[in-house]
Amino acid sequence: MNRLLKVRETWLGLAILALLVAITFRAPGFSTPENLASIFNDTSILLILALGQMVVILTRSIDLSIAANVALSGMVLALINSTWPDVPVPLLIAAAPLLGLAFGAINGFLVWKLDIPSIVVTLGTLTIYRGLTFLIAGGQWVNADEMTPDFIAITRLNLLGLPLLSWFAIATAIAFWVVMTRTPWGRAIYAIGVNPTASVYAGIDVGRTKFLAFCMSGFVAGLCGYLWVSKFVIASSETAIGYELQVIAACVIGGVSIAGGIGTVGSAVLGAIFLGIIGRALPVIGVSPFWQLAISGAAIILAVVLNARSERKTGRIILKQAEGA
Amino acid sequence: MTQPKLTLSGISKSFPGVRALHEVSLELYPGQVTALIGENGAGKSTLVKTLTGIYQPDAGTITLDGKPVSLSSAHKAFELGITAIHQETVLFDDLSVAENIYLGHAPRTRLATIDWPKMRSDARRLLKDMGAGHIDAEARLRDLSIANKHLVAVARAMSIDAEIVIMDEPTASLSHKEIEDLFVLVDLLKQDGKAVLFISHKFDEIYRIADRFTVFRDGEMVGKGLIRETSQSDIIKLMVGRNVDHIFPARTPSIGAPVLEVKDLSHPTEFDSIGFTLHAGEILGFYGLVGAGRSEIMQALFGLTKPSRGTIALDGKALSLGSPADAIEAGIVYVPEERGKQGVVVDLPIFQNVALPSLKKTGRNGFLRLAEEFALTRQYTERLDLRAASLSQNAGTLSGGNQQKVVIAKWLATKPRVIILDEPTKGIDIGSKAAVHAFMAELVAEGLAVIMVSSELPEVMGMSDRIVVMRAGRMVEMLDNNNLTADRVVRLAIGAEEVAA
Amino acid sequence: MSNDAPTHRNIPDRLDSPLRAAILSWPALLLVVAVIIFTVNSFASPYFLSPWSLSDATFNFTEKAIIALAMALLIISGEIDLSVAAIIALASTAMGLALQYGADTPALVAIGIGTGLLCGAFNGALVTRLGLPSIVVTIGTMSLFRGLSYIVLGDQAFKGYPASFAFFGQGYVWWVVSFEFVLFLGLAVIYYVLLHRTSFGRRVYVIGNNATAAQFSGVRVERIKFLLFCLTGLMSGIAAVLLTSRLGSTRPSIAQGWELEVITMVVLGGVSILGGSGSIAGVVIAAFIMGLVTFGMGLLNVPGIVQSIFIGLLLILVIALPIVLGRLRRLRK
Repeated sequence: MNRLLKVRETWLGLAILALLVAITFRAPGFSTPENLASIFNDTSILLILALGQMVVILTRSIDLSIAANVALSGMVLALINSTWPDVPVPLLIAAAPLLGLAFGAINGFLVWKLDIPSIVVTLGTLTIYRGLTFLIAGGQWVNADEMTPDFIAITRLNLLGLPLLSWFAIATAIAFWVVMTRTPWGRAIYAIGVNPTASVYAGIDVGRTKFLAFCMSGFVAGLCGYLWVSKFVIASSETAIGYELQVIAACVIGGVSIAGGIGTVGSAVLGAIFLGIIGRALPVIGVSPFWQLAISGAAIILAVVLNARSERKTGRIILKQAEGA
Repeated sequence: MTQPKLTLSGISKSFPGVRALHEVSLELYPGQVTALIGENGAGKSTLVKTLTGIYQPDAGTITLDGKPVSLSSAHKAFELGITAIHQETVLFDDLSVAENIYLGHAPRTRLATIDWPKMRSDARRLLKDMGAGHIDAEARLRDLSIANKHLVAVARAMSIDAEIVIMDEPTASLSHKEIEDLFVLVDLLKQDGKAVLFISHKFDEIYRIADRFTVFRDGEMVGKGLIRETSQSDIIKLMVGRNVDHIFPARTPSIGAPVLEVKDLSHPTEFDSIGFTLHAGEILGFYGLVGAGRSEIMQALFGLTKPSRGTIALDGKALSLGSPADAIEAGIVYVPEERGKQGVVVDLPIFQNVALPSLKKTGRNGFLRLAEEFALTRQYTERLDLRAASLSQNAGTLSGGNQQKVVIAKWLATKPRVIILDEPTKGIDIGSKAAVHAFMAELVAEGLAVIMVSSELPEVMGMSDRIVVMRAGRMVEMLDNNNLTADRVVRLAIGAEEVAA
Repeated sequence: MSNDAPTHRNIPDRLDSPLRAAILSWPALLLVVAVIIFTVNSFASPYFLSPWSLSDATFNFTEKAIIALAMALLIISGEIDLSVAAIIALASTAMGLALQYGADTPALVAIGIGTGLLCGAFNGALVTRLGLPSIVVTIGTMSLFRGLSYIVLGDQAFKGYPASFAFFGQGYVWWVVSFEFVLFLGLAVIYYVLLHRTSFGRRVYVIGNNATAAQFSGVRVERIKFLLFCLTGLMSGIAAVLLTSRLGSTRPSIAQGWELEVITMVVLGGVSILGGSGSIAGVVIAAFIMGLVTFGMGLLNVPGIVQSIFIGLLLILVIALPIVLGRLRRLRK
């Protein structure tokens, strides 16, 4: 469908390959399948969140509360698990996305019904969700020894050579791809990002579609709430603090336009993987990991500059018409 | 006689400060084209928005097939089979042709997901049936010409099997050949029994395609009938509500010294080798079709776009214009065509709009002096006979005509040498139109040099001393405005062979 | 004819009196909120009303509020800067580096402020020269600036600032009145004049309302936006000096998350996040509200993170309330 984007994704894919080759010269062990699989596993949560954030950004909005939602959902699940260890873990996993969806729906509702700009709404809910995380835990952490073994083990369960955590990321990416390209819902999200006025004429409810986008981002945030706690084996009010900006960075690097309407599942996935590789490569090639932040900052700026170049609109060309006529 | 498919009666709609529609009625008949005629600001676009469910009327009833309906949302209108083909806004540049056609009613697979292969093949078949098989269903809409975008819009209308098709100035930026192709499609729609509402100001098109007409003036329905029983001049009379000949002020031109000299002004893609001399006390008209490059030239004179070649000299001194600020400083000002976007700041009060380019004069050492701003604003707005409740009223609450007066007042307050007016009376009511014309005459009488870009031939011929005719980015001819025939000017503009006089 | 308001041969300057407009304005509403919070606090804790604790309260918000002054102008113009906290980190790191090379107090201050200005200019150049959206650019520079500070410091810290340097963040000008607080009040007056009393301020509003029309009216839009980014950087540099002086050390994690607090302050102060409207008075009162809330709750031993719930709720409520009330009023009609 979108040729420009396909080109952009190809370029980013090639850049990632080039990066891998370059790193492998310095550190031959880096590109082994095991190591790559491990990098992917470490990137899984970022990847899932980037997909949710992308959907919101496509509708010309932003969700700054996504990481706070992860923390709050994760805390609720950890508390349930430590207080009532008998609640089966699969039930918790099923509840996780719904919990996050509820928090996302609050954002979406405020944006839809009260017309408050999303950046303001999610700035507010960001602090509220984080505060609640602290409050419900009474300021305590939930540690490994308070969680049931299943709760921790499930994400590490090996299935066809990959941990279950990676499979969650793969399944989410496929689900998002289906939703965004194969359902009217997904197309409506693109449509309101490309041209909100025209969408109204095409019978799309812009506010309601934005609401649904926030629900989707909440859904994945809730899922990641569980994944995060299970992976890092700790739940605290500091969980994923500041992570919302990493998530947005992954989208931007992948080529999702902050002006809405442009970006695919591939964009978010590649953007997240790019950041994941940088993070793992630095120590391997002997660069202090303290360089990571500055490098991802530079990558964001570079990506924005390149995206702006390729998005630049070609104006009407009056003289050419004359020659062609 | 056939029954109307859709009937509107007693429809009224008001906005704060503006009565857009007042008890209007309209009937659309199956298999017929009804032309909706009216000047800019007559209420046509409000009616379209009411029909497509964007606006809710304050009063009145709408009946479809004799049954009263409520068009409570765009989606409802869409479900009832009403679709609009708009000038620009309805389509999605970054989506494919097939998606643009099927957005909202895409074919589904058994799993309720979008059936892309079927959607693409349906789109291809539909376009082929319409004689538009040259359009690639998978192309991005952005890459299509305007004419092809229109075809996509028509395809969309056919795909949803709309019973009522609204075409809102569909020919605005099409070539003659493209317009003919479009009319063939309209005939197809008629044969299919669709009721078509066709909105246009071009009489040749209306007489070519429409069966019936309805005329709006200032938000009211002032006449309707069958096209074949009505003469063009009768419709024009209904439209303007007075005799057209009296609109333009009589004036005795007193052309002074050259003020602005433009030589060989060129731009890589927009215009080429533009040269003219503008004198004090002169109105120089620029006529041409929409998209002939007139506005682009004016924006170069105003420092908005950089020409690749050529010189602009004011009073014999060459200017280097890097920005509008430079142009204003030199004494060249520009009243833009897009008043709401480029002319006034709608959410700021009148006095702040007027004083904006004169802040250096009204202020002292960079500090504001409100009293001076009000005084300056009062001086110029009273001269223009602005109608407003107070000078602190937001400019957006004024009518189009009064907004235009605010823009003109803003520029006069800078005491310019040259004023460029781009479509100065587009979208404003008859009363304000006459006021703007009278005022232009006053300005040149005081020795100001005026450039007027207009697509309205009567305005160009009624106001200008000389007329530059433009076509496709180039000057075709510089005409002295005496003993000109409208026919000759139009032929030059469209590039038709000139007939021997 | 059009239906504009009745014809006046002499159009009056205004219909509403400026006094009436001021009473109904956003800052007035905020002032009421501030007074309520002040009263509740003084009843809730006996320590609240002592001059020294009120003075302590000001330290909670002055540094952020100083940045908020410039951020208000930037947001009114339709742009945003998310990198302000990262600029503090980088400016503080630059000061720490200079300290290692034996810089004295005046040199440290100059370097801190200068680094802030340079960072602001860098943001401004990216946004205005390359025409990039400021929200993404500053997310990028936010990582970049703080990242540079991590490269320099890693998990270390700069310490040992000279005693004379401590004055900026810890000194008092008179009795309980701190240097920081006086500086903030002075800057607030300057920003008030700049935004509401100068042509520059008027142009900032115009740009935020309609940048195209501003450009078409001869406003040098890009130049003004560039200057606003520089100002925001400059204020972040000043805040870096104050904060470094107050803490007496530099770590790369300094001022983490402040950007969102600064923006909350600005939005709570009635500046539209979409640009075009807002006032300095509102931002100053919002700064006091946030300071009072944090301090009052601190006295009651409410942890900082729980206080933030209140700030978040306040932000959403204060913005949602007028919208909901407006709807209700229209419904009743």
